[in-house]
Amino acid sequence: MDIFVEDGRIVDDVNGEAEVIDASGMIVMPGGVDIHTHIAGAEVNTGRLLRPEDHYLDVEVKTAITRSGVGRSIPSTFITGYRYARMGYTTAITPSMPPLLARHTHEELEDTPILDKAAFPLLGDSWFVLEYLRDDKIEECAAFVSWIMTATKGYAIKIVNPGGIESWGFGGNVRDIDDPVPYFNITPRDIIRGLCRVNKMLNLPHSIHIHTNNLGKPGNYITTLETMRCVEEFKEEDRPIIHVTHCQFSSFKGRDWSSLRSGSEEIAEYVNDHSHVSIDIGQVVFTDTTTMTADGPFQYILHQLSGNKWVNGDVETETGAGIVPFRYRRRSYVHAIQWSIGLELALLIRDPWRVFLTTDHPNAAPFTTYPRIISWLMSKKAREKIMDRINEKAKRRSLLGSIDREYTFFEIAIITRAGQSKVLGLRSKGHLGIGAEADISIYNINPKEVDPSRNYKDVRRAFERAKYTLKGGEIVVRDGEIVKSVDGRIFWVKPESSRYKINVTDELKRKFREYYTVEFENYMIPESYLINSSPIHVKAGV
Amino acid sequence: MIILRLKRTLKVPVEARCISQDIFEGKTVEDIRSLKVWEGNKVRKLGEIFEVEEKRGDNSTIRILGDLSKIRGIGYQMTHGRIIIEGNVGHRLGEELGGGEIIVHGDTGSWIGSSMKDGRIEIFGCTGDYIAAPYRGSMKGMRGGEIIVHGDVGDEAGGYMRGGLIVIDGCTGQFLGVHMKRGTILVKGSSEGRIGAEMVNGKIVVCGQVPSILPTFTFEDIKSSVKVDGEKIKGPFYRFIGDLTENGEGKLYISKAENPHLKFYERYL
Ligand SMILES: [Zn+2]
Repeated sequence: MDIFVEDGRIVDDVNGEAEVIDASGMIVMPGGVDIHTHIAGAEVNTGRLLRPEDHYLDVEVKTAITRSGVGRSIPSTFITGYRYARMGYTTAITPSMPPLLARHTHEELEDTPILDKAAFPLLGDSWFVLEYLRDDKIEECAAFVSWIMTATKGYAIKIVNPGGIESWGFGGNVRDIDDPVPYFNITPRDIIRGLCRVNKMLNLPHSIHIHTNNLGKPGNYITTLETMRCVEEFKEEDRPIIHVTHCQFSSFKGRDWSSLRSGSEEIAEYVNDHSHVSIDIGQVVFTDTTTMTADGPFQYILHQLSGNKWVNGDVETETGAGIVPFRYRRRSYVHAIQWSIGLELALLIRDPWRVFLTTDHPNAAPFTTYPRIISWLMSKKAREKIMDRINEKAKRRSLLGSIDREYTFFEIAIITRAGQSKVLGLRSKGHLGIGAEADISIYNINPKEVDPSRNYKDVRRAFERAKYTLKGGEIVVRDGEIVKSVDGRIFWVKPESSRYKINVTDELKRKFREYYTVEFENYMIPESYLINSSPIHVKAGV
Repeated sequence: MIILRLKRTLKVPVEARCISQDIFEGKTVEDIRSLKVWEGNKVRKLGEIFEVEEKRGDNSTIRILGDLSKIRGIGYQMTHGRIIIEGNVGHRLGEELGGGEIIVHGDTGSWIGSSMKDGRIEIFGCTGDYIAAPYRGSMKGMRGGEIIVHGDVGDEAGGYMRGGLIVIDGCTGQFLGVHMKRGTILVKGSSEGRIGAEMVNGKIVVCGQVPSILPTFTFEDIKSSVKVDGEKIKGPFYRFIGDLTENGEGKLYISKAENPHLKFYERYL
């Protein structure tokens, strides 16, 4: 079978001379898509500042084509692009952009080569959103969100510990989705439902993207189930309406750390029965990494557990952040259970179109561990080998031993690109049909000859170094090395609606003057600020 | 024995982690000459910077002659053998040392014995800051072995120390034993203060003067002597416990005779 490429797109035929890549005996996939990876922005860069010892271990020298940089858990921007491309990835979404710090985020994204990118503005604790929803002003809220997408060049609604980050401003947190936020008289349930409705009204390409309340706490699987349930009534025929991200961290059963159990069965059962939900796993890998989320109270817990240095941040009226270096240890009961939960979720959820491979980079592991995780998903033997070396109690309690499922290469293609593109609404990505963007990765492994179940090491090796990566029809990687560096685009959503148009009133400007350190006029990022702007025009529904 | 003689004055830093018994072992002089080092942003061969000569007998020793103050990383991760330096030397000498011995007849830069695990480093001159301390941001301090400095040392000596012994004949800068977890530091001279800030455990002995003790240490008692590495050091010493900001149980032994201004603590006995 032949695939023809012209002008960066896949076409049905080409005229005249063309460069030919012989990919016989290899796997050809659309370029990888990462729906949730912290690669740019304020917290990522603060993480870099916090961890010189992390860079020290991993230095890349410049070449004629690539720039120098450092890596490990929080690679510098250029290295991030190269490393993704070497694994055959061509699109990455950074999922937690404080709207106020969007400018910085986009500057870093532009310095991240090869990849197409997008950023999700954090909206679950924005004072504007909280106030509109409290006052039942859903249309105004939609207009505000629509304006934020344009103003910050954002792509989807990100919600992190809704209400909890605002409570953290007062040293507290919300206990469950019905616990009101101090001074706002609104519950996480109201926020989630409100923003889910707004998402629908604006017809945004992706669903709401949520990091649940109580993340990282034993017993939180109940909160996660309630979160998914609370928007059930808004479900749509053809696509999920809520994406629960790094679900591993939200699938804990038990009363405390010593009685921690996996809640993956309950979560998987719910997801299997309800098509309005998609998740990504947030797989833990035993290694040294850096945790970073907008969820300040959760990061405080991690800081206390590990005794490691940390950063706590507050972004004015919008959100917050915390950063803690962290090592996941095989011999730790809790870490081993977490490792198991991620894989259990991936293996117990039957529909690969609604469960995706992530590590919540770098929270559960750096993205460079994806090939290893692919080998675990494809081989029970590979999983058992790790199982033999983890905490004994965790091994006894893990469900993994009883799960025989092994992913096929097709399923891997879905959870690493096709499915992610689909829920993101990136229609010309994640497939190789006519008209698709020519983002193509070729892996040197023959699915007809290699049994991934037995030869899992070959699988891992093949996915670590793509034989070829094509970005927009250009060869950027050959034999696992960068041969050309191109600029990726930045996708953002431009809702077009006269109905949900923000009314720039004196009231709004007054609020900006009162609440913010920047003026309303300086808050917005003009499109000309982006080098490779790629707006996606959406028509709001009725 | 391999003898390295510096050929020319160095203007920019040279990263020479290859100078180590582990790497030299089993190599011909020609092989050693062609080992890779970085001079600034240029890759050079060791032979371009040093004259390399082999002397019969004692094939576990490397002698280096010249002003090496621009040369960093000598003895990196070395596990055995001996390096003798006749002259000054730069940063990170004996970084992550796992065994063997490094002797310097001269002064050194900072981060000497950074994160070392075992072995011995002896400096006859003075050293810079952060001796035994890990690279910036890391908490993996010195774990074992010993560092002996006959001259003075700079700030933050023994930072994040997790084991082993540091003996300083001269004086120290500030923040001696900062973030210390275990191990022992003995200072025969004076210290500029803020000793043991955020220490969790371990022992620091200062035989000379200190300006003051951090307020987060509690005065425990007066000891007539203290044992360091089996040797009895005569006091008397004021003994303090801290750092309380870290719920620490680290011990400071501060000479009573040299610090009459600390006498007011005796009220709390
Ligand atoms: Zn995340």
